[in-house]
Amino acid sequence: MIVRALGALGITALLAAPLIASPYQCTLLLPAFAYGIALLGLNLLFSTTGLLSFGHALFVALGAYTAAWLTTRTPVRSLEVIVLAAAAVAAAVAVPVGLLCVRYVKIYFGMLTLAFGMLFYSFLYKFYALTGGDEGIRVLRPTVLGQPFPSLDKVAFLTGPFYYYALALLLLAALVMRRIVRSPFGLSLRAIRENADKAAFVGVSVRRYRFYAFVIAAVFGGVGGALLAVPTGLADPLLAYWTHSGNLVFMLLLGGFQHFLGPIVGAVVFIFLQDLVMSFTAYWRFVFGGLLALLVIFFPGGLLGLLPRGRTA
Amino acid sequence: MSTLLEAVDVRKRYGTFTALDGVTLTIPAGQFVSIVGPNGAGKTTLVNVLTGAVAPTSGAVRFKNHDVSGAGPVRLAQLGMARAFQLVNVFPGLTVGETIAVAALARRGRGARLFASLAADQEIWDAVATVAELFGLGASLGRPARTLPQGDKKLLDVASAFALQPEVILLDEPTSGVSTADKHAVMNVLVQAAARMGVKAIVQVEHDMDIVFGYSDRIVALHQGRVLADGPPAALQADDTVMATVVGRARA
Repeated sequence: MIVRALGALGITALLAAPLIASPYQCTLLLPAFAYGIALLGLNLLFSTTGLLSFGHALFVALGAYTAAWLTTRTPVRSLEVIVLAAAAVAAAVAVPVGLLCVRYVKIYFGMLTLAFGMLFYSFLYKFYALTGGDEGIRVLRPTVLGQPFPSLDKVAFLTGPFYYYALALLLLAALVMRRIVRSPFGLSLRAIRENADKAAFVGVSVRRYRFYAFVIAAVFGGVGGALLAVPTGLADPLLAYWTHSGNLVFMLLLGGFQHFLGPIVGAVVFIFLQDLVMSFTAYWRFVFGGLLALLVIFFPGGLLGLLPRGRTA
Repeated sequence: MSTLLEAVDVRKRYGTFTALDGVTLTIPAGQFVSIVGPNGAGKTTLVNVLTGAVAPTSGAVRFKNHDVSGAGPVRLAQLGMARAFQLVNVFPGLTVGETIAVAALARRGRGARLFASLAADQEIWDAVATVAELFGLGASLGRPARTLPQGDKKLLDVASAFALQPEVILLDEPTSGVSTADKHAVMNVLVQAAARMGVKAIVQVEHDMDIVFGYSDRIVALHQGRVLADGPPAALQADDTVMATVVGRARA
């Protein structure tokens, strides 16, 4: 009940934000929406399936580079096409990577995903002609539902049409993910998380289902990445760097991975916290490291873990 | 009676150790078979080979005329063979209902349905309720498995195997960890559930001779990787040599 009420309140607040909050605060919400989508995918792997990926940023970066590549090297400007292409590219890469990674569990899975992330980072860094090297590729302003909004300046575009587009995509992603988690497939994944050997003996194809979850997570990562790149206007190799994957895991812990809405809460709080801490110290990573330690020790359930609730997903 | 499961001249070596040394065994529909033998006789290896968990070094394992040597648990579950282990094996964080539902979904090939609503699948929840009722777990459907008493965990473990509606079920010491007072109750539940769920054959590995002689249609005695005796309980009981080897004492 509390979660539902908070959810409704949150959606209302986010819908009203461009009318009541400053444009700066609204632009801060944009990466939070993008991360929220990516984290819904990461959490399907972590919370539902029991696999912790340290390479999810790989798919976020793929989505961002897809947006950059399409807007600068092709005539494509449609955000719908960009988002679909980002999802397709992420899925295409997730198939071979996932086939290898899901053969392993626990730390081995985590390390292998980390390795693939770093491999992709090196690729982005070195293949200058294709990726722009360390400078990355710019992301040009896309059209939203076919509308270029020529009269709007950058901030007005981002806090107007793009804001609502990203919010709508986040809500859609959340609905789709909710459906997946509550489907027979979602239950099979939870059975795998709880006891993979037992799951196999009651007929669950453990590796195959882990693989499906991996690809679905990647698609959410890719879509999030495409949305992330539009407000920053840039896709650069740091998106694929392992610290970025680490940030994603941090956001998940911050929000509370055991709650369905944990990823979204984590993304929003992370972005605003980062902004706040960066405004008064250059050592924000130091502060975040300390926060992460405190979080794990005292509030392992994250922010939403503080809510009274009997059931843990 | 048609043959459901058969092992033909199965050998299994682990390095220089021969766990199974030419075991031939046919399990037809309609039998409750107990596999007995002293420690190290090869009982567990035989069950592992029969359930496709371990591939034999040589010989064939066929289930309903499919070669299932080393086929793995998922394929056997799909073909209609289930297995429950000696150690209680549950999904700690899933409820009783969810645990049985996992198997019921897998049985119907619905485990990968991505966008279907599980809550709205009445057929699954009806099947879950039926199985839970058979095992006396009807009142605990919403309880997480980890909160169940040990005896109920064991029943839940077996119930989830039954939810696959298997034709053959292999049980590894179904009454281990169950008190002497309760073991007959557990066995009665099992036998009744098997009849109700259409299980055609039960194969169990069991040390408890009360259970072995009380419920089996047939007993297969293993010794040093070979079949020492194979027949109805009365025939084994009459053979003092077999009884001494298998039970470790002559049965009075």
